[in-house]
Amino acid sequence: MANAATYRVCPDTGLQFHKSAETLMKVNAVAGVLCLLAGGILALLVTLTRWPAVHLLPADMFYLALTAHGIDMLIFWIIFFEMAILYFCSSTLLRCRLATPRMAWLAFALMVIGAITTNVAVFQGGSSVMMTSYAPMPAAPHFYLGLILFAVGALIGCFIFLGTLVVARAEKTYEGSIPLVTFGALTACIIAIFTIASGAIILIPTFLWSVGYIHQIDALMYKTIWWAFGHSSQQINVAAHVAVWYAIAAIVFGAKPMSEKVSRGAFLLYILFLQLASAHHVLTDPGISSEWKIFNTSYAMYLAVLASMVHGLTVPGSIEIAQREKGLNRGLFEWIRKAPWGNPVFSGMFISLIGFGFLGGISGVMMGTEQLNLIIHNTVYVPGHFHATVVVGTTLAFMALTYFLIPTLFRREMILPGLAKWQPYLFGIGMSLFAVFMMGAGTLGVARRHWDMAFTGAAMPYEYPGTAYLMMGLMALAGLAAIVGGGIYLLITVGSLLWGRKLDAKDSYGSKVAPHRLPMVAAAIQGHGSIGLGGFAAPGTFVFAMVFLVSFVLYYFVNWKYLSQLWLLS
Amino acid sequence: MSSILPPSTRVWWNQPLDRVEGTWIAIALIWCLAMFFMMPYWHIFGKQNLSNEAYRITAEAYSKKTQEMVDKFTVRTETELKVPVVHPPAGSDVYMIARLWQWWPILELEKGQAYRLHLSSMDYMHSFSLQPENLNIQVVPGYEGVYTVTPTRAGKYSVVCNEFCGIGHHTMVSNLYVVEKGQGSTNDDSAKDNGNSEHKNERGEK
Repeated sequence: MANAATYRVCPDTGLQFHKSAETLMKVNAVAGVLCLLAGGILALLVTLTRWPAVHLLPADMFYLALTAHGIDMLIFWIIFFEMAILYFCSSTLLRCRLATPRMAWLAFALMVIGAITTNVAVFQGGSSVMMTSYAPMPAAPHFYLGLILFAVGALIGCFIFLGTLVVARAEKTYEGSIPLVTFGALTACIIAIFTIASGAIILIPTFLWSVGYIHQIDALMYKTIWWAFGHSSQQINVAAHVAVWYAIAAIVFGAKPMSEKVSRGAFLLYILFLQLASAHHVLTDPGISSEWKIFNTSYAMYLAVLASMVHGLTVPGSIEIAQREKGLNRGLFEWIRKAPWGNPVFSGMFISLIGFGFLGGISGVMMGTEQLNLIIHNTVYVPGHFHATVVVGTTLAFMALTYFLIPTLFRREMILPGLAKWQPYLFGIGMSLFAVFMMGAGTLGVARRHWDMAFTGAAMPYEYPGTAYLMMGLMALAGLAAIVGGGIYLLITVGSLLWGRKLDAKDSYGSKVAPHRLPMVAAAIQGHGSIGLGGFAAPGTFVFAMVFLVSFVLYYFVNWKYLSQLWLLS
Repeated sequence: MSSILPPSTRVWWNQPLDRVEGTWIAIALIWCLAMFFMMPYWHIFGKQNLSNEAYRITAEAYSKKTQEMVDKFTVRTETELKVPVVHPPAGSDVYMIARLWQWWPILELEKGQAYRLHLSSMDYMHSFSLQPENLNIQVVPGYEGVYTVTPTRAGKYSVVCNEFCGIGHHTMVSNLYVVEKGQGSTNDDSAKDNGNSEHKNERGEK
């Protein structure tokens, strides 16, 4: 088996691709992008319906579109793409053959069948239950079945990743420890296994309930366990896109971690504590104690937030050090001023980092605070938050990575490079504003997953303040800008694969492996020498971090102030 | 070596921390602990906390308790559907049913008085969203949550459902009134009870 494996070395990057793994990365990435296309069209319909002045779809179609949008984006697009990342981070970065490519094809087939099955169920109209499908609101049996098949496929993919790590170790394709980026992918994989197991624990009984074998599903049990699947799957994204940030910093700048142990320690904190956050979704639910809520919603004392704050420093910090070592050592900010802002791989990654931290991170911690949750629970603040994390954070990071993969993995020249230069700005800033306006509307009490904020047909309608309507209108405009940005990404990606010029058509595959070898003489362990200011190797990044901290503290306490003015509640 | 390559030395965990990393980790950890202790602090000193009182209950049993309150304290009805408006005595147990697609009944509360508000659903998940206060509590079928609420401002409020509950979700919205202490369209019974519990409440505050 092992002898049959063939490889090619990318002439531009030196990365080594195993042929079977390469094909699997391509099909998974393409499947993901197709889901993004479907989800993007649905996003347009949902946005145009929530724009009060347009109010496009009728209620039933709106809820159908919103259900499909959530599932196609949050589950299918992201997990397909993550499978490609897992294979890349194991097989390519470790210069190793992929373990059991046939099983990987089986995994892919199950995921495709699952994705299609669930979409069919939703578009048949009987399963407009939102992504969360809270029991006892029933969906068609094949709605759950599709999700289960997809999850089984993804689980197989995770074990192939782990298997590939074992193969690399056994066949000695590298020495020492796995690269930091692979370690980040390993973190994502471990979280994914937990996530999928939770999904199985709740979706299998719910499927049996939907076909009549189980009499009743307890609503609170369903919701609590479902979120161990639903929220944790977003934690896979966090681990994966942080790994992608490190990867892009390394690819664009040759950046190395500021220190391996800090970055790896932060990933370890993710493994230990990140999944507790599924408690965020049951903070106002009856029957769950405050002690349980406080411990879990804070990831045991905010240790996973600590990890994210560390990555938020070390990723730009590693870029700053790499830039300063290249000579851009003047002042606080020369390194970032002279960064390649026209390169979408970098600009996408950097906007993703800033947006995830400032918008997604701060809002997420605020709303995940037990008492503060009362003032935003189930308002459009919630989708505002997760569009900042999962769209500005994860999706934009994956888009940035795609611009690197088009020439490297797909061996195509990217079409429309001038447009690609602008895409991360249009998408990133559009989506950030979209999230901000949603949060604004949510603060004014506008409900999420709601067809009509004017309550047409209700006996006793409520009239939201005019500002809330303004916020929803602005949200829609920003959303349209982001959708255009997403469309440009799809155009460039799909267009490059179809019509981009092929780079060296006759790629040479050989069976030779060039394993990673450590330097013969161990480099002396040292600090970062004479760069930086005042003993800080990355002073510019530290200033950014302090700006972040001040915004965080202010916003956090503003919301406590807001809470303190509410009706008394005990 | 870069982040996509193995660390350049076998023993990488000895590398000293940069000062910038060490400082930031210390600051971030302090902030994380501050945020953590803010939650128990608010439970002790804050005035907006969800209680932990909850019971398992069937829809029938909950419906019966609500009906008893409605029978006793209804002061008028609203809309063509004749939704009862109840003005229960201050300090008492008040019940609200969430069901497709209605909140029932309409409550009339007095400003500055504490009530034990019970919430449960007859069918799917719903969510109690008090507007324009923007106070949001999940309502779960099979569970009865009990929360002590004290309205702090008089006026007309709305209760919106903000958990998706099907095609009529957007019509699930109702009124809720807060009147000044001792005012409102009370019937005789409730006026009497009202006086008693007001007294009790004042004593409690002292």
